[in-house]
Amino acid sequence: MAVRLEKSGGPGYALTTLESLIAWGRKYSLYPFTFATACCGIEVMGAFGTHYDLSRFGAEVVRFSPRQADVLLVAGTINYKMAPVLKRIYDQMLEPKWVISMGACACSGGFYNNYTVLQGIDKIMPVDVYIPGCPPNPEGIIDAVVRIQKIIETGAPRAAERWPIK
Amino acid sequence: MSIVLDRLRERFPADVVSTHSDFGDDTALVRRERIVEILAFLRDDPESLFDFAMDLTGVDYLGEEPRFEAVYHLYSLEKKRRVRIKVRLHEDDPVIDSAVSVWPGINWYEREAYDMYGIVFRGHPNMKRILMYEGFEGHPLRKDYPKAKRQPTIGPEE
Repeated sequence: MAVRLEKSGGPGYALTTLESLIAWGRKYSLYPFTFATACCGIEVMGAFGTHYDLSRFGAEVVRFSPRQADVLLVAGTINYKMAPVLKRIYDQMLEPKWVISMGACACSGGFYNNYTVLQGIDKIMPVDVYIPGCPPNPEGIIDAVVRIQKIIETGAPRAAERWPIK
Repeated sequence: MSIVLDRLRERFPADVVSTHSDFGDDTALVRRERIVEILAFLRDDPESLFDFAMDLTGVDYLGEEPRFEAVYHLYSLEKKRRVRIKVRLHEDDPVIDSAVSVWPGINWYEREAYDMYGIVFRGHPNMKRILMYEGFEGHPLRKDYPKAKRQPTIGPEE
């Protein structure tokens, strides 16, 4: 991006591409949909709260309708009965959309290796960023949001474009 | 001896198999045929008044016969007493009468016992799975359910 400002205080100009401009706008207006089913949800609340303040990164407007959200933040254990609900919410979100899988349970089933828990949400949907931990710190959520911003900024392919994994 | 167990034995001499009060826990093993009458008696008897069905669960004694056991935990808010009622059920016929007519709140416990152990509660108004999804096969808390078995992931309902 090339920017020129007039010293006289007159109107300057900036050169860029439309893609970069749109990406710049998207990057700082991510609307997350939090799908919190376990203790990870408490850490999500911490991340949105005043101490960690995710709004510094333009991602503070939590939308509880999937049709208004850009980022699906899956925080917690997903069992087989919940999996179709989560998949439907993902399908209802508008493109482009990103998915953050937060915590050991959402990433891999965690220590619930049993008959009822889905062994990682990437069995049913593409995941852009995984946050390890049980539960992760709020810093981990902030880092994940920044990584999503980097994906948007660089135009790197989203996980949905690599889906399904062969 | 416990007054509750005494009255239960007195009222249903043919149906009470055994009783004990080990560690202060009044327990009665009964036959399944008149279970609803027994539970209604425990609820209404002025010495018992077990108005609160705290829990109902199943047990799988794999290798024994009868294999299954239904366990009722009752509490009396009036008398501040607890009692445990156990019923053994055969593997080829794990059926027992539903106690929903005695305590409506026992509805979901019976569904849970059905879901997890396959114990069928005859006369239950809605004998369906409660924890697992409809297409799930088998009863996961039975001791012969394969530990590593995974069932196919179901998609969104159409």
